[in-house]
Amino acid sequence: MIPAAFDYYRPKDMAGVLALLQEHGDDARVMAGGHSLIPMMKLRMAEVPHLIDLQDVPGMSEISIGDGKIRIGALVTQHDIIAHEGLAQSAPILREAAMQIADPQVRYMGTVGGNLANGDPGNDMPGLMQCLDAQFTLVGADGERSVAAREFYEAAYMTARADDEVLTEITLATPNGGYAYEKQKRKIGDYATAAAAVQITRDGSRCASASIAMTNLSDVPVWSQSAGSALVDTEVGSDAIKAAVAYMLDEIDPTEDNRGPVAFKRHVAGAILTRAIQRAWSRA
Amino acid sequence: MPEKLHIKLNVNGKSEEFLAEPRELLIHTLRERLRVTGPHIGCDSSHCGACTVTLNGKSVKSCTMFIGQANGAEITTIEGLGTPDALHVLQESFREHHGLQCGFCTPGMITRAAKLLEENPSPSEEEVRFGMAGNICRCTGYQNIVKSILAAASEMNAAKEAAE
Repeated sequence: MIPAAFDYYRPKDMAGVLALLQEHGDDARVMAGGHSLIPMMKLRMAEVPHLIDLQDVPGMSEISIGDGKIRIGALVTQHDIIAHEGLAQSAPILREAAMQIADPQVRYMGTVGGNLANGDPGNDMPGLMQCLDAQFTLVGADGERSVAAREFYEAAYMTARADDEVLTEITLATPNGGYAYEKQKRKIGDYATAAAAVQITRDGSRCASASIAMTNLSDVPVWSQSAGSALVDTEVGSDAIKAAVAYMLDEIDPTEDNRGPVAFKRHVAGAILTRAIQRAWSRA
Repeated sequence: MPEKLHIKLNVNGKSEEFLAEPRELLIHTLRERLRVTGPHIGCDSSHCGACTVTLNGKSVKSCTMFIGQANGAEITTIEGLGTPDALHVLQESFREHHGLQCGFCTPGMITRAAKLLEENPSPSEEEVRFGMAGNICRCTGYQNIVKSILAAASEMNAAKEAAE
């Protein structure tokens, strides 16, 4: 419950954030909503001698939609995602997923950027952003660079973000077609036993494109190109879905924990992915 | 020793100003420094919601906020919602519908419920259960909490209509 002592900073702009990261190196961490970092600090599993609160940094709390693109500032909260009517129209999968993250209080504070940069395989947004082929903007001392969500996750808590970089924005093409974010969890607020993000488009009676990613079934989110391809040019009947599930099961690597043994998680993954594909297809 | 922070808060309409170590959690500020002891601590993993307060219009778990983050904020706790002589509709309704037993979750429950009804004045039962999902109760089984909140919503809506 009681975190170790630290120095606290609340810079007014990104230059101030970057200067602190440069000065303190590994000893500094940025904090957005604080709903992963503070719990870890309270358990003394994260040691952060210099804590940089991002809340006063301007320009990272907006959602903008236009020209076939969606931009989400890293400090946009899960509550903001759920409340945004424009987003619910252009990318309804985001609201569907955000409603399944944590609980109301946590969603008022927890941000999309924090969810993505945390690197915990239990977080839901990483798999979702891989499904949607989002790009992450990282700002560091040398300027800005963009990394694909599909390239961002290296291992549990290890991402392509360097220690002195800040994730500032998420951009994605406005998704088309049907969607589903299906999550099996033990109770409200739990990380997934298995979750699947599916975005699918239809051409007549056939599937024109499909993107599939899964959450908490490996030490990173798993986007499976072959699982999506297995649906393309089919009528998304049970054989096609079985093939997609088989491809996905080849690529996940769940570990046993108190959500269940590996065999159970693989079973749940198949069931959840099947449901997600069926629901997405019914909406396509 | 980290440098202490100069903190200003408004808690239930009262201005507070003090120096605090950065690692001070808002729940400890409220309970130990300001003696606002309605909000409780039921866990150390941000699940239970017993510490829920309203901060700048959001329901937050005050155990998961460092005092520096709250600097400058306007905070309402259960103590700011009503008085023993003039209960808030929700307080009256929790009493009337037996929405509490030990009372430990109640300050967080009612504070959260007040915000929920502000955002959604006529929730369905399902919306109440989902909107209250960040608050755990050991005693009631939730049924009477849901009843209390739905009854308070009706009463608040009726009062609003009567006033118009």
